[in-house]
Amino acid sequence: MKDVLINLLYIASAILFIFGIKWLGHADTARRGNRISSVGMLLAVIATLLYGGLDWKLVAGGILLGSVIGLIMAKRVQMTGMPELVALFNGFGGLASLLVGAAEYHKLHHGGAESYLSALAAQTGVTVPLAFAAVAIALTVLVGGVTFTGSVVAWAKLSEKMSGRPMVFTGQKAINLVLLAASLGGAVALGMQPVAPWAVGLVIGLVVISLLIGVLMTLPIGGGDMPVVISLLNSLSGVAAALAGFIILNNVLVVAGCLVGASGIILTLIMCKAMNRSIGNVLFGGFGAAGGKQKASTGEMKAASVEDAYYVLEAARSVVIIPGYGMAVAQAQHAVKELSAMLENNGAEVRFAIHPVAGRMPGHMNVLLAEADVPYEQLQEMEPVNAIMPSVDVAIVIGANDVVNPAALDDPASPIYGMPIIHAHEARAIYCLKRGKGTGFSGLENALFYHPNTRMLYGDAKATVTSLAAEFGK
Amino acid sequence: MELAPLLLLLFAFTLAVFLGFELIAKVPSQLHTPLMSGSNAISGITVVGALLAIAANEPPLARWIGFAAVVLATINVVGGYAVTDRMLAMFKKKEKP
Repeated sequence: MKDVLINLLYIASAILFIFGIKWLGHADTARRGNRISSVGMLLAVIATLLYGGLDWKLVAGGILLGSVIGLIMAKRVQMTGMPELVALFNGFGGLASLLVGAAEYHKLHHGGAESYLSALAAQTGVTVPLAFAAVAIALTVLVGGVTFTGSVVAWAKLSEKMSGRPMVFTGQKAINLVLLAASLGGAVALGMQPVAPWAVGLVIGLVVISLLIGVLMTLPIGGGDMPVVISLLNSLSGVAAALAGFIILNNVLVVAGCLVGASGIILTLIMCKAMNRSIGNVLFGGFGAAGGKQKASTGEMKAASVEDAYYVLEAARSVVIIPGYGMAVAQAQHAVKELSAMLENNGAEVRFAIHPVAGRMPGHMNVLLAEADVPYEQLQEMEPVNAIMPSVDVAIVIGANDVVNPAALDDPASPIYGMPIIHAHEARAIYCLKRGKGTGFSGLENALFYHPNTRMLYGDAKATVTSLAAEFGK
Repeated sequence: MELAPLLLLLFAFTLAVFLGFELIAKVPSQLHTPLMSGSNAISGITVVGALLAIAANEPPLARWIGFAAVVLATINVVGGYAVTDRMLAMFKKKEKP
């Protein structure tokens, strides 16, 4: 009877997750969707507690401790720090799945196969072959471990605790392949001999290998490719949870984990498409590290002063603002909002053009501009803006680089050739805000900066935008 | 050995994959971040597995590993939902005219 109730609750919670994800996909229902999915989570936890026989002190302590830490982290993060936080949470989820796998293995090894399987059968009503449980444990540990260290490296790169440049060394691919083969071999071996005396060492070995793969997989990926990697790791954390569900034969774990895994993959593919690259190319390409022979840019970068820019903007009737990661770094979103308000008061039509991979995670710019209270009708996707770009008086590029580089359109030798970009170069005048003269994160020359209609505004983006807005105030 | 229940689980797994693809396929890019962090919170569902690892009759080591897993998964769940809600509250605000 209790089992029926628990499983009905699990079904209810799966339905809530599905509606949650569905509603999260529409602007007017998104918040409701997130809340309903959190109710689903609560139901799943309550249902699980109904099994009873748990060590209640540890359960209560663990949930309390985790909730407090989670709430504090969620409350204290700044919107510019969002990509790091998502990466970090994701890593915790992966590590949790790894630990679930480890704990289950310890039970299996400690109590013996027979008692493990009969305890499982008593709880779920299903008897599984020992090999199945062992392989599920091995795969959970592997995917969980990769998710964990992959996310930690992504977090370190995003929070600039380590260089965001791709790190590549010779033999990297060979090492990855060997590690992958070793881990799969280990999973098979564990499936065949789950309780052999050496099997404990094998599981520890699997943990170590999975952690290594996570690091080696993320190191060669550059900062600009982070949106792809974050969504992929998000997907993997779901897969790890689903695999953990196969160990303990738990429906809700399998279904919810799988939903996340699938939706993460879709998001990953959307990001890849926005860069015109395959996922294999992102993961193994070591983008920008090799660097082919690109066309040398002709001409020079012409600097302008804030006053010059003001006179042009003052006369502009239509303005497009193109934000990039630099806006996030300079925390310039509020200043940018102020400038756009000034321009509108002055009679100009202001649009924001958002490239799908601008920033370090999917939708990064939208979050920052939402924080600064920019109405979302003003935020436009790439295609509609490109259609009107030739009639735009001024395009202001704030800390964006690759997503406006016309080399993607006309230089087949460029590593980003073929990537859809925002056609800022078609505007009548272009102002690019940039910290210094060097090449950006990806290490590529940007042909836009050498364009005859482009003027550079060097300096901190926030300071520049603020002083531009101040000119209007005079 | 009864394989039917396992196949049923595989069945649920497969359907969930397709459902996940369908649900996300047409999401506007402005919602990509909340969608990601919201689904990230759902992946903390592994907390269910973690809780079951701390059964009172299990060896202490398994329980303590389970405890660590519960803490981590709960951070993932609670933090993930809270931060997504915070983000979406900002998106909401600008619906004023």
